[in-house]
Amino acid sequence: MDFLGSYDVVVIGAGHAGIEAAHAAAKLGAKTALFTLTLDGVGNLPCNPSIGGTAKGHLVREVDALGGVMGIAADATFLQSRMLNLGKGPAVHSLRVQTDRKRYHEYMKHFLEKCDNLELKQAEITGISVENGKVTGVQTNLGGFYAAKAVVVATGTYLGGRIFVGEAGFASGPDGQHAANQLTQSLQEIGIPLRRFKTGTPARVHRRSVDFSKLEVQPGDAEIVPFSFLTEGELKNKVECHIAFTNPLTHEVIQNNLHRSPLYGGQIEGIGPRYCPSIEDKVVRFAEKERHQIFVEPCGLDTEEMYLQGMSSSLPEAVQNEMYRTIEGFEHLEIMRPAYAIEYDCCDPTSLQPTLEFKQVQGLYGAGQFNGTSGYEEAAAQGLLAGVNAARKVQGKEPVMLPRHTSYLGTLVDDLVTKGVMDPYRMMTSRSEYRLTLRQDNADERLTPMGREWGLVDDIRWKKFCQCHEAGIQERKRLESTTIRAQELEPVFLEAGLQPPGVGGTAATLLKRPEVTYALVAKVIGWGEGLDKRTAQRIETEIKYEGYIQRQQRQIQEVKRQEETPIPPDFDYAPIKGLRLEAREKLAKIRPRSIAQAARVPGVSPADLSVLAVAVAACASQPQKKENEETP
Amino acid sequence: MSKTIAAIATPPGEGGLAVIRISGADAHAIAAKIFRPVNSHRSLQDAKGYTALFGHFVWQGKTCDEVVALSFRAPHSYTGEDVVELSCHGGSTVPMLLLQACVESGASPAGPGEFTRRAFENGRINLAQAEAVMDLISATGRQGAAVAVAALEGALAKRIEGLRQQLTTLAGHLAAWIDFPEEDVPALEQQTLQQTLSDCIAQLQKMIAGYGAGAVLRRGVDTAIVGSPNVGKSTLLNLLSGFERAIVTPIAGTTRDVVEQQVQLGQVRLNLFDTAGLRQTDDVVEAEGIRRSYAQMDKAGLVLAVYDGSREICQEDIALAQQCQGRPALAILNKSDLEKNFDKQQILPYFGKVVEISAKDDSFLPHLTQAIEELLGVSSIDPDAGLLASQRQLEAATRAVEALQEAAAAQQQGFDLDAVGVCVDDALHALYQLTGEEASEAVVEEVFSKFCVGK
Repeated sequence: MDFLGSYDVVVIGAGHAGIEAAHAAAKLGAKTALFTLTLDGVGNLPCNPSIGGTAKGHLVREVDALGGVMGIAADATFLQSRMLNLGKGPAVHSLRVQTDRKRYHEYMKHFLEKCDNLELKQAEITGISVENGKVTGVQTNLGGFYAAKAVVVATGTYLGGRIFVGEAGFASGPDGQHAANQLTQSLQEIGIPLRRFKTGTPARVHRRSVDFSKLEVQPGDAEIVPFSFLTEGELKNKVECHIAFTNPLTHEVIQNNLHRSPLYGGQIEGIGPRYCPSIEDKVVRFAEKERHQIFVEPCGLDTEEMYLQGMSSSLPEAVQNEMYRTIEGFEHLEIMRPAYAIEYDCCDPTSLQPTLEFKQVQGLYGAGQFNGTSGYEEAAAQGLLAGVNAARKVQGKEPVMLPRHTSYLGTLVDDLVTKGVMDPYRMMTSRSEYRLTLRQDNADERLTPMGREWGLVDDIRWKKFCQCHEAGIQERKRLESTTIRAQELEPVFLEAGLQPPGVGGTAATLLKRPEVTYALVAKVIGWGEGLDKRTAQRIETEIKYEGYIQRQQRQIQEVKRQEETPIPPDFDYAPIKGLRLEAREKLAKIRPRSIAQAARVPGVSPADLSVLAVAVAACASQPQKKENEETP
Repeated sequence: MSKTIAAIATPPGEGGLAVIRISGADAHAIAAKIFRPVNSHRSLQDAKGYTALFGHFVWQGKTCDEVVALSFRAPHSYTGEDVVELSCHGGSTVPMLLLQACVESGASPAGPGEFTRRAFENGRINLAQAEAVMDLISATGRQGAAVAVAALEGALAKRIEGLRQQLTTLAGHLAAWIDFPEEDVPALEQQTLQQTLSDCIAQLQKMIAGYGAGAVLRRGVDTAIVGSPNVGKSTLLNLLSGFERAIVTPIAGTTRDVVEQQVQLGQVRLNLFDTAGLRQTDDVVEAEGIRRSYAQMDKAGLVLAVYDGSREICQEDIALAQQCQGRPALAILNKSDLEKNFDKQQILPYFGKVVEISAKDDSFLPHLTQAIEELLGVSSIDPDAGLLASQRQLEAATRAVEALQEAAAAQQQGFDLDAVGVCVDDALHALYQLTGEEASEAVVEEVFSKFCVGK
């Protein structure tokens, strides 16, 4: 084997997790190599040509606030932007954009090429070398060896990938790229528990074959809010999306051909995501539904390919043709890439620490779909954390962890390593008990100082953050100290078509009313100095929801104490009397870092927790004896 | 910062005094809400450590008892936190009322071993003590779990499960509607939302109100086991409890951790008190024991009078039967495995019923259970009432109702549904905590099982 170089951090896979991991590690000063099966697949969007969505948009904002790449790239290459959930409350506003798939890839590839400390390399990694429980490097399919102090596995759906279309099944990565077939064995040999998951994607079709006059139009927002806290200037939508609907005939075609679906025929052993059902699943499980909607989304400006969101399938091509063509507007549909299901290997995330380092191999990290999640945004967020910790490990620094109350990223990682997953994990706002606090509008307030401390946030971002932060504080003071009289309010309220309150008060008290916006108040007292729209919105929300936010803050304080009670990593649960067997087994497997995390392990009761807390405190004052401890 | 907790720190049952201990940063503030000092110039809230105040327990405008309040200031207290101990008169009514008042004033009921755990964490007790306490907690944990499981299998479980389902459906709908805005998930009708909220609030309030009234099912029935020496009272106790007896510890302040000897028998929970054997004696100490046994009988909601069926009936047996007349008492003729020499006709007039068993043989348990249930008339209690069985359940129900009221208020004030949703989640969380399950996973499951969402 040829020795080809020595690196601090090696990242396997240049998808959304790998990109953030490599960028973060390099930015923190680690000499980094990023490997991809093909340089033409960097930052590929093999499923939806879109970034964001509910809770996912929050993750993109968080990645951006920490100094990551995804938000900037999405802003630079978007085709259409929409803020979802307006009118459902600020906690759940979520940004989603259609993206130019090819340009996104090109942007990312070029961005990485320009990164200091980062080398982008095309090679298939076939093995990970481990000595004495520590990672030492990686081997390539061309017989090369790269020494590495830390390795991040971000193999996505490529690892042991297998595609299914009807009766056809073959080894493959997504989008016709080849799969990584040898790494699985190496991972198994070093003791990483693997499992098989499945996902799928709908057909790409030719624009000219769709009769758009029969479809509903879905326009973008008139006023566009960017993902990145850095993006400035006016942004414009470039395309429209459309909505089509299935009908009873479509469902009949599917029902009649179910036996030809590998999902129902039993060829697929992987577990599919609940939130991303194929059209077969939808028709079978929700038989009473008369129609299902399909979004027709352009894949880019320089292509006629259109993506059919909502119609993922693994039926044979002939059935796909028949099925799609029953839909109004799709009568003459011309499929360019058929829909397919893909099965792949991923790890059991309970074998990871909250730092995303594997418990059993030092210096080995997992990120993205490989950790049992799904979605570009979930992947990017994990990649960033894994990259930061890989670099810190090499540099001899303490690892960083994000508690649940700080972010969706922290919630995601905690769910993965504490509860594990049964199917590919998708982020949802309902997964966060702190969602009124974890809004997309305050991601910078929550995380940018942390990113600065880690060294990911550069001076430009930091300066901008400090300005917004300071302007926010000043404006809050002004709103609390400026009194508005009833007669000043009346004309502004009437103009807005609202019932004037009849009494005056401070601007802050007025903002507590659900119908009063910052813009309305600003009409009376003027717009705050140096205040951007986003910060104004944030302040309005914080004032309006003050009671609810305080309620969550109290809950956070209560958990924090437990969060700060550490459990030693090598803590032995076996000798603790009084733990129920189920709790003992679960705790020994998960090995929680803190009492708070232990409380979240499924199957651990409040009584178990009391026993554990005392045992841990006892251990702190007199550490448990290790079996092989040498006598002095 | 952790919550301020409260619990009855003295052993359950009859005693001259009972102590309610409140520990945590708000201990003095909470105690001050329910304690009125006799000397109006003094206030509990300003009391220094190691001081005592005499005054009254005043609740809902009524003076309920005379109370001595002892103030301890952190770190010089059992737990190392601010502590107030309220000594009131013993028995079951006043201490329970006082504890309930503490909870309604902002304290959380202490969990098993929680005072001791805090004491340990704050360095107030050493390792040896902590280990002794761990044994205790684990024992009571098992016992507590057994009791909780029994309670949750009954009507309460059904009632709570019903509520959970209603709220999970609501939360699932909200989550689907919020997390999948591009799917055709129908918006939740304001009226449906309001209806569900007020319905759940009403049910919970009924349960909370029932907590005060349904003392039998809530606290269980105080049960005295009486009889002459060696008739098999302890064997019966072991038969009923099915596992080892309550543990006594030399460490001060941990007595609360040793929960009363409670067993779930069919639908009822029995708080068992073994008593000294009843017989004529000149021994002063034994006489006192026997006096207490009779006192126990006076307070008991159920008397199990045990006789040795292999012995000839004697005068003492008749005397005991006479004592039992007019009480909720069951005669148990033990040692049915031996030859029968006891004439049960002589005691039958004093008891509603005589049951013949062998306490060594647990196959008699169903028989005994049925007799006890009949005697207590449990069948006449509405099984759907689903009474809250513990202070913890009361707290969970109270928290749930508060969160739902907040949800209803948010809706009425015209807040968006995200605020409503968070409050509904809090309520669900409180209800799921009763069984140590996870609310958020249940909601996610609801979303994907009920709604056809996803790309």
